[in-house]
Amino acid sequence: MADKVLMKGNEALAEAAIMAGCKHYFGYPITPQTEVAAYMAKRMPKVDGVFLQAESEIAAINMVIGVSACGKRVMTSSSSPGISLKSEGISYLAGCELPALIVNVQRGGPGLGGIQPSQSDYNQTTKGGGHGDYKLIVLAPASIQEMVDLTFKGFDLADKYRMQTMILADGTIGQMMEPVSLDMGEVKTYDKPWATTGTRYHEGRNVVNSLSLSPAQLEQWNIDRYERYKIVERDEVMFEEFMMDDAEICVVAFGIAARVSKNAILEARKQGLKVGMIRPITLWPFPKDALKKASEKVKAFLSVELNMGQMIDDVKLAIDCKKPVYLCNRTGGVIMSPDEVVEKLKQIEKGDLKAW
Amino acid sequence: MASSKILIAGFGGQGILFSGKALAYTGLKAGKEVSWLPSYGPEMRGGTANCSVIIADTQIGSPIVDKPDILIAMNLPSLEKYFFETEKGGYIVYDSSLINKTFERDDVSIFAIPATKLASDNNLSGLANMIIMGKVIKETSVLTLEQVKTSLEQMVPAKKAELLANNIKAIELGYNYI
Repeated sequence: MADKVLMKGNEALAEAAIMAGCKHYFGYPITPQTEVAAYMAKRMPKVDGVFLQAESEIAAINMVIGVSACGKRVMTSSSSPGISLKSEGISYLAGCELPALIVNVQRGGPGLGGIQPSQSDYNQTTKGGGHGDYKLIVLAPASIQEMVDLTFKGFDLADKYRMQTMILADGTIGQMMEPVSLDMGEVKTYDKPWATTGTRYHEGRNVVNSLSLSPAQLEQWNIDRYERYKIVERDEVMFEEFMMDDAEICVVAFGIAARVSKNAILEARKQGLKVGMIRPITLWPFPKDALKKASEKVKAFLSVELNMGQMIDDVKLAIDCKKPVYLCNRTGGVIMSPDEVVEKLKQIEKGDLKAW
Repeated sequence: MASSKILIAGFGGQGILFSGKALAYTGLKAGKEVSWLPSYGPEMRGGTANCSVIIADTQIGSPIVDKPDILIAMNLPSLEKYFFETEKGGYIVYDSSLINKTFERDDVSIFAIPATKLASDNNLSGLANMIIMGKVIKETSVLTLEQVKTSLEQMVPAKKAELLANNIKAIELGYNYI
């Protein structure tokens, strides 16, 4: 295995995208994801790729539509307010069934918000964001290695299912450095007979379009797409279990909140509390079955998130509200300390905390 | 030491992030698990800046250091903020040419070094960060002087080779300061 290198999350992600065969990047600067664009600006010309700083986020996402329609791997990245701007284009990508990788290095919101880390785009990302019936594959890295691995995987999933993959990171994961291996193996390629590459390359006209004025046809498109989503839900769920074997309380957390929670769980166990964690790596598809299975064993869940309580609804749905679910949260760019999580765990144990 | 949580804090422009990077990179080369997390945003243009570095034998959970084992304070607000947050048995190293206030604790080891003054006296302006790092290497067991020197040689690009000598001189100055 190749040596590990020390890289920033944003830069490691960008390098992984290039290694995954992405030769087209369109972006617009915004903290805390600007290093993705800066890295692409340096690297793309060296690999015969295209880096283009668009005039706006909206322009960038529409350039993504164009390249994807030609059957090439393509990405854009931004942070929360910029992702809102891109949402129209993301909906068009979904409507056109065009694979793409979109990166959101989240910061606090709503509005222009702040520049510090946040997870408050959970609902936007997993429930929609843009208009219409569609889903995104949502991957939540919790380390720099996962920034790399999930970017690589994200392109693959997008091509495999003709879907859009969102890497839902946050300012911490984007900005921090950790040792990382860029040894990712072979890039899988997929036939794209639908790509609009010209009649020299395919029979007849290929049309990429999201418009249908026939309700029956549009309904059928949506039904067909959701059939594909069912396969993704069946085959592509990823999560990590941490100390769940004897756990009585199950923490549910992703990204940086899961890292903080790991410290908290180790501390809580020193104090005699049997705590474990299920960390969703795919936020959609959500690891419903794993949580449901855990609900037969544990007495309570604690959702740890950097927002006002968004994923917690999915936790309750996954377990059919069979066990109480509690919330430990900070928002606006503030990150909870492990002590705050331990405190919540102790309150749950004592029965002092109100369930969500 | 199974895990060292290091917090380097000061003004933007003091080289806080670079010295953190040097520590993290050295840790990586020494076969340790490491993480490096900067404060980001407007801080790089002045204001307070800090940098969390963890060097550990086992997998690192949260990369955020709010209760350091080793505090490197390069201005008064940073020392005030983290002095009492430093873990028992930990180390506090601060730049006494910029901080003239003292605090009392008997459960940590405290070292004052006039890093900024040493830097200007020795024609090493801008390298107070490396001087103070030399002192940290000397007083703690987190990494050795040789390890840091070797990794700096690998970190500094060839076209900036002239900076390397000064960086190493600064680290040695801090290391040998009594």
